[in-house]
Amino acid sequence: MKILVCISHVPDTTSKINFTNGDAEFDTNGVQFVINPNDEFGLTRAVWFQEQQGANVTVVNVGAADTEATLRKALAIGANEAIRVNATPTDGFFVAKQLAEVVKNGGYDLVICGKESLDYNGGMVPGMLAALTGANFVNSCIGLTVDGSNVKATREIDGGKETLSTSLPLIVGGQKGLVEEKDLRIPNMRGIMTARTKALQVLEPVSADQTTKAVKFEKPAAKGPVKLFTVDNLDELVNALHNEAKVI
Amino acid sequence: MSILIYAESSDGKFKKVAFELASYGKKVAESLGTTVTAVTVNANNVSELSKYGVDKVLKVTNDKLSAFNAKAYADVIKQAAQKEGTKLVLLSSTTDSLYLAPLVAVGLSAGYASNVVGLPVSTSPFQVKRNAFSNKAFNITEIATDVKVLGLAKNSYGVFENMGSASEEDFSPALNDADFNIKTESVDKTAGKLTIADAEVVVSGGRGLKGPENWGLIEDLASALGAATACSKPVSDLGWRPHSEHVGQTGKPVATNLYVAVGISGAIQHIAGINASKVKLVINSDAEAPFFKVADYGVVGDAFEIVPKLTEKIKEFKANNA
Repeated sequence: MKILVCISHVPDTTSKINFTNGDAEFDTNGVQFVINPNDEFGLTRAVWFQEQQGANVTVVNVGAADTEATLRKALAIGANEAIRVNATPTDGFFVAKQLAEVVKNGGYDLVICGKESLDYNGGMVPGMLAALTGANFVNSCIGLTVDGSNVKATREIDGGKETLSTSLPLIVGGQKGLVEEKDLRIPNMRGIMTARTKALQVLEPVSADQTTKAVKFEKPAAKGPVKLFTVDNLDELVNALHNEAKVI
Repeated sequence: MSILIYAESSDGKFKKVAFELASYGKKVAESLGTTVTAVTVNANNVSELSKYGVDKVLKVTNDKLSAFNAKAYADVIKQAAQKEGTKLVLLSSTTDSLYLAPLVAVGLSAGYASNVVGLPVSTSPFQVKRNAFSNKAFNITEIATDVKVLGLAKNSYGVFENMGSASEEDFSPALNDADFNIKTESVDKTAGKLTIADAEVVVSGGRGLKGPENWGLIEDLASALGAATACSKPVSDLGWRPHSEHVGQTGKPVATNLYVAVGISGAIQHIAGINASKVKLVINSDAEAPFFKVADYGVVGDAFEIVPKLTEKIKEFKANNA
């Protein structure tokens, strides 16, 4: 089984979010970049398929050269090889289009993306990739097993979960649950050393129409200080929730 | 040219988000000088939509669509959009709608903006404001394509009545067999329990509750408030509560009117997941807990003393204001 794991290179959760160039661009100054958490669950699951079922795992990112450190980390976690599509993404459709080309040329059976990235929160790449390739598609996937070309997947639904059966080729929009957080892999020294010599192929992008454009960013208005109550004036709290906040 | 909304239903009954989307669609349609058409799949009482400004309903009834299927549903919406000559398709942000939206967008060669909050900033050029960076920023996105797809963020607009009359038309789009290569084997859903996705109020418990045996406190407060219950990540990791209740960055997102956090210190990953909630009430024994920095209201003290008392006060209030 050939698996492709799509890796998004995103600011660490604890990063301060600031903008530059007249609030038109994200300010990367001092920001630590990581593998998108939703992708990390997928990558760990893919490495599990590699160890248990002999799968070959390729990781891919659409980004400029500075994202290679994130791909090397994915190799250190256990992916066999990496691909970087050399382009600064303009929108989700652009990324999906590049990935569709990689999928088509690489003949992957299973493609695992995170259901959304934690920077733009678009949540559109896996679905668009499925639409462009015509493969089966499971989003919000929290469980995945493959037997031959038969797939059992669990997906989260509002208020519960459901089990689906389908077949390869398959695109997955994954999240926590594909593996548990405690099972996420941290690169060890041996992984880091071998990652240095694993193949990282750089491909040039294919053309794609720009469908959307991020014009500007805004930060939410500063919030007033918290209003504190004590156990002895809960009546006032209830009153504030009703008359001021109007939520009860 | 009408705007098309997908009015989502579950077991034939419209979800609340369908009415929010209709309300939103009506307002956008007014600013564009057009009307709202809704497409429904196996929904009963479609006339309910007319209360929120829908002018026409394309009613799809088909047993093959009795279980949700993203590709097939997306195809239905696409065909409805083509039939109506729609330039703007509106979807909600339920798990199902988030699943099918990108498929609809590619099907219609449309630009897609998700997590949209509020009415379009401008209709020419077409620009919308959306949540980004886990609610730490807004992003103004311009959609350049002729046909556009928007996903409205949950609970970001509200439900507004706008009584009218809607014409109803049976619609039978052609279904593609290949879309059914994916089959629903079983659904595991807590029946009759208010879900985090549907709730207007969520009461969430953290490690400060000391153990699963104390969850009655959370449940009682939730029931007094008509709220869904949730928990922090450590609580689900410890197995005190099921994973389906875990809210936060890697859990479920919460965008309610009121979010009540009991015994949760407020790790940044937790805040990222609940920050879209409008009002936050934090109950914690540690006055230095980071959660108080993002809270609107707070009570510092022992949850075991405060929560039962607050539950009584809420019940009293509700009884007096029923």
